[in-house]
Amino acid sequence: MANTIVSPAPHIHGRNETQILMREVLRALAPVVLVSFYFYGLNAILLQVTCLVSCLLTEFLIQKYIQKGQITISDGSACVTAVLLALNLPPATPFWVAIIGSIVAIAIAKMTFGGLGQNIFNPALVGRVFLLISFPVVMTTWTAPSSFFSSVDAFSGATPLALINEGLKSGLSVQDVFAANPGLTPAQMSFARAGGSVGEISVIALLIGFVYLLVKKVIKPHITLSIWATVILMSGIFSLCDPTAYTGPLFNLFTGGLMLGSIFMATDYVTSPMSNKGMIIFGIGIGVLTMLIRYFGAYPEGVSFAILIMNMVVPLINKYCKPVRYGYKKNK
Amino acid sequence: MITFKIGGIHPHDNKIAKNAAIESLKLPNKVAISMAQHLGAPATPIVTKGDSVVVGQVIGEPSGFISGFVHSSVSGTVVAVEPRADIVGNMVTHVVIDVEGDIWDESIDRSEGLNSNIVASQDAILAKIKSSGIVGMGGATFPTHVKLCPPKDKKADFLLINGAECEPYVTADDRLMREKSACIAVGTAIMAKVLGGCKSYICIEENKPEAIAAMTAACSKYENIEVLKLKKKYPQGGEKQLIDAVTKHQVPSGALPIEAGCVVQNVATAFAAYEAVQKNKPLIERVMTVTGQCVAEQKNYLVRFGTPLSYILETSGCNLENAAKIISGGPMMGKAVANIEATTQKGSSCLLMLTKEQTARMPIGNCIRCGKCADACPMGLEPWLLYKLSENGNQFDALEDNKIFDCIECGCCTFTCPSFIPLLDIIRVNKVEVMKIIRNRAKK
Repeated sequence: MANTIVSPAPHIHGRNETQILMREVLRALAPVVLVSFYFYGLNAILLQVTCLVSCLLTEFLIQKYIQKGQITISDGSACVTAVLLALNLPPATPFWVAIIGSIVAIAIAKMTFGGLGQNIFNPALVGRVFLLISFPVVMTTWTAPSSFFSSVDAFSGATPLALINEGLKSGLSVQDVFAANPGLTPAQMSFARAGGSVGEISVIALLIGFVYLLVKKVIKPHITLSIWATVILMSGIFSLCDPTAYTGPLFNLFTGGLMLGSIFMATDYVTSPMSNKGMIIFGIGIGVLTMLIRYFGAYPEGVSFAILIMNMVVPLINKYCKPVRYGYKKNK
Repeated sequence: MITFKIGGIHPHDNKIAKNAAIESLKLPNKVAISMAQHLGAPATPIVTKGDSVVVGQVIGEPSGFISGFVHSSVSGTVVAVEPRADIVGNMVTHVVIDVEGDIWDESIDRSEGLNSNIVASQDAILAKIKSSGIVGMGGATFPTHVKLCPPKDKKADFLLINGAECEPYVTADDRLMREKSACIAVGTAIMAKVLGGCKSYICIEENKPEAIAAMTAACSKYENIEVLKLKKKYPQGGEKQLIDAVTKHQVPSGALPIEAGCVVQNVATAFAAYEAVQKNKPLIERVMTVTGQCVAEQKNYLVRFGTPLSYILETSGCNLENAAKIISGGPMMGKAVANIEATTQKGSSCLLMLTKEQTARMPIGNCIRCGKCADACPMGLEPWLLYKLSENGNQFDALEDNKIFDCIECGCCTFTCPSFIPLLDIIRVNKVEVMKIIRNRAKK
């Protein structure tokens, strides 16, 4: 007889491999990357290239010379980390700072844990927070978005969250800060008028990516939506209680890294819970922590810290949030 | 549209043989009929070398409560009663018969006409189904008469006739429903009568519109039989999933479908019940799909049991050059054929040839904790966790706590894993181990 293969079922596979999933994430990131290229010009392009090259190279060198195992940089996960890291940096970040961030993200946050799938924390966020703590000046020097392909020299702009934070500290009310900065409306901020990290340039571009990921069934909406719901609810209650001291829901939803974080960082497969119930708890945790840091913390922005803190809780969430099992329901 | 709630996947259905009408396969020169064509104890052969037999003659008798009759599918002379390798290579007693002509037992009604008048009593029907060797023809081959006798204190509210045929490629049930719809309707009424006249649903997935139309027309005269159109989703044809889809009841873990008030029978089983009760014809043949992209001609054959697979492939002109894997059954749950000289059985619904490209296993990557396996699992298990616990070794308590014994081995997890981890292979091995521990504990 012919020499045929004998192996257990199933005999076919969906062929929806890791590489394809990562490619979909990169496609979903394309709108915001392109918008950032348009408004931040060469700065943003150089930042992306620097992060990509240094992330891939770090992973390659570690796999080749330290792990001496299979080289898997083609799976695309390092590319996703690189793009996300670049989107999480201020546009005028010097290239050497970006390189340090990339090395920390890949070498420390990912490879020391055993590579793809083994890390506890989101690598790009670890890179960002490491830089934020190590180079606080560089990491809070913002460039205002300008026009097409003009490499802007860094000048000290401030993010909307920082404006509010500083304003409140110096005794102004929320309304005073808004009055002094007429550009701070949700409509303005939703497309390319807010200063901040590269990826915070356009809420609309991020939302397009979100819809794409949902349509392609790469992620489920649970985490993102529960973060939004929590932020809206919490800031709604606080701002109703004291509108002079606390910013409102729309402002909080559209500013800072909330969109980028809730759509692309919190939904990272490796560092988020598996079950739907777990995802919702995870999202609520991120929402609450973000708002606590924004309202009461020393930093104006809290999404990165909130996600990293909740990353730590994921194994516990996975342990207690089981999917709905078949055969344990009471029949009527 | 109606479907089950938890998990499920959408593989390409590849029903490329759906337009091939059922044709009778020419008789081979020699058949080898297995005594273990049903779940439970193998039948005891009651013929010996040199006996001459006719089509429909009993050649094996049940050897226990869960066991079944086996009939000769051909006429001729018994040349051997010996252990032979079956499809996967297990040694099973076979009765080998040299085929001489095609002489049928005279009591079998071979006329074409439809006999829809059910006169037999409940007990007579049950006895007939048992003596005709009818088993579940969806693949599990559980003796049908046992399924139709629920415990005294349980009552069947629904009879579900399973025409979901959710496995890709397989079209045997589809063709049967299109060509023998009236007979299946009578067979359904027969089985419903045994169960005390319960409501019957004939459940068909949406990708078989012709079958739905044919069955709807055939069932229009029966008040208590309804045809249901189900959404296309694998594994809808699984007993537990079908019950959930149709009745919203769940079969409790470890229990039989009757606990959810249901009895599930395959459409081919309903057809066999019709032939047995109305035509006095025992189960000697079934529709089998011969298919695959690398096969020149797609076929739906009426095949006598005991026909060698090699003969079927030869007769249908299959060029095995491009076939990397031959599968008995569907691509999700079928068995890879290890022995091409093995013969067809009551549960053989399909003979599928896949190319290397279609069936190759890719290099295994790291688990990326995407949770896609848990989303796909129709039992609500966490294959990634069962895999991890299995890899760690000796974590049988944790595996039991995480309900590894509920796994129905549908293969959704392996199918969906982006890192090509053979989740089901690993789960299956450890499930056997956990079941063993549970059984030993029950003994104590």
